[in-house]
Amino acid sequence: MIWSSWREFFAMGGYALYVWGSVAVVLAALVGESLALRWRRKAILAEKAGRPRP
Amino acid sequence: MISWLMILAIILSAIGFYIGFFMAPTDYQQGDAYRIIFVHVPAAWLSMVIYLAMAFWAALGLVLNTRLSSMMASALAPTGALFTFLALWTGALWGRPTWGAWWVWDARLTSELILLFLYVGFMALQAAIDDPRRADKAGAVLALVGVVNVPVIYFSVQWWNTLHQGASISLKSAPSMALTMLLGMLIMALGLWAYSIAAALMRLRCIVLERECHAPWVAHLQEVQS
Repeated sequence: MIWSSWREFFAMGGYALYVWGSVAVVLAALVGESLALRWRRKAILAEKAGRPRP
Repeated sequence: MISWLMILAIILSAIGFYIGFFMAPTDYQQGDAYRIIFVHVPAAWLSMVIYLAMAFWAALGLVLNTRLSSMMASALAPTGALFTFLALWTGALWGRPTWGAWWVWDARLTSELILLFLYVGFMALQAAIDDPRRADKAGAVLALVGVVNVPVIYFSVQWWNTLHQGASISLKSAPSMALTMLLGMLIMALGLWAYSIAAALMRLRCIVLERECHAPWVAHLQEVQS
């Protein structure tokens, strides 16, 4: 552990906007893509089964 | 297999994040802004690797006329485009504090932007053609022509005098970065690699179901019958 406090960790030496802006967008993109794919599969299967698309 | 790959991706990325954000020391020149490297470099690597994989499957589909290869190429494109966008986005957020600019028309950045346009062009071309087999062939030609751009991106920092720094890692010499930094970056790259395979396979399953929806086996799927 190199940080002395959580506040210091989140501050990222004054570069919080850039570092967390990168990490957050990457995380959101990957979570979003996998959820979108899950929903797409569910919708296709539901349609094949004759159920209304969720 | 997809769930196992996803679990592997989450575990590896978590380890990579821990090493990168809790163990790796602060850079003496860039401060903590350099920590963007732990997402930027893996995303940039994958944007190129996925393009090569996409071109490979597209070529296989074109030469052997196998439908599944072409579908694999189509399944890879959106994930590749996403990683290209992420490489550019994290690069902009890194460029601003270190270079003083969000964007410059540097050879590395410009060729990476062209890669994004190639992905988008591939997807748009396939979406514009109604007959899926013709869409596969047209997309394959575009993907194969565009493959010349990948070595241009990779070697751009050597061929031209760019603002973007050269590679810190090469096959020929020892990496010019601290071991913990390197380790965090490589483990994160493996995690995102596992994610990419999982996402591409998930999309492939959707594409197969959509295209083969009239095949009898689809109606016999457990998920459809239940």
